[in-house]
Amino acid sequence: MDFNIDDYYAQMNSGDTILAYKGSVSSELITNVLEVMDAKLEDLIVKKSIKKKLYNILVESLQNLYHHIDDLPDASNGKFDIHFGIFVVAKKEDYYKVSTGNFIKKEKIKPLKQRLDRIKSLSKNELKELYKNILNYQEFTQKGGVGLGLIDMAKRTEGNMEYSFTGYNDEYSFFNLDIYV
Amino acid sequence: MESLSIEGTNKTPSVNLDPESGVIEIKGRSIPENSIEFYRPIVEWLDQYAKNPNKKTIVNVQLEYFNTSSSKCILDIFKKLESLKKARNEVVINWYYEEDDEDMLESGEDYESIIRVPFKMIEIVE
Repeated sequence: MDFNIDDYYAQMNSGDTILAYKGSVSSELITNVLEVMDAKLEDLIVKKSIKKKLYNILVESLQNLYHHIDDLPDASNGKFDIHFGIFVVAKKEDYYKVSTGNFIKKEKIKPLKQRLDRIKSLSKNELKELYKNILNYQEFTQKGGVGLGLIDMAKRTEGNMEYSFTGYNDEYSFFNLDIYV
Repeated sequence: MESLSIEGTNKTPSVNLDPESGVIEIKGRSIPENSIEFYRPIVEWLDQYAKNPNKKTIVNVQLEYFNTSSSKCILDIFKKLESLKKARNEVVINWYYEEDDEDMLESGEDYESIIRVPFKMIEIVE
């Protein structure tokens, strides 16, 4: 099956989309998206605690995306921008869906999948303990992260996330993560 | 020793560290992609402050949002305060959270359980 980014984007970006982006993911982009979303959520959501939860997920998922994109070696013949990623926020009936998509090297699939499955299987208390443990003992990575992004999002949504990997070529796959708030 | 004052932005909090009154304040949003740089001067200031601290240090943390990158730096700050307390100084930590913001209250409780300095949880009612 051929991977077609436009079909993929169209599929992610269906329904009541609040914001959809595909292209280069930079620090400036994150700042801009967060600013726009801050104003939008203010209009859309009455309950402040829901707004804050969703905003926290936006921050963490965008920064996770930013830190973990693997660039295709040839920036793929101009087909994809540098540091290419997809980001979609959609409103469903009684929840919000935050989706991210990015290329990753195939050798990272297995450990990432194990990590996600483990996080998804943990109870609220187990997530809390894991979070505290990593916070207390883990040092910063070179990327300036602490490896807490996924756990933090799972903690806030009680593990309500889905993921998939779609093969792109021999070396790379496209990683899609959906988080439900 | 000089006070340290940093103005807030939409990604970083406002910071006021006053050695004379012993009041330490961090307020606003802390969501930079890489927080180490932002927090470095604060941690360094605390190292200096610990050499000759006020009898009583009052810490006010009032964050609207913080990301996981900041969470580690904030813990580093709390660890400095824990040492200050271990050295027999009075340290009061006030953790502010907005009404109904369970996640923020929980974050405060998480820190409290790691550093073993009691927090005063203060709910802000609009």
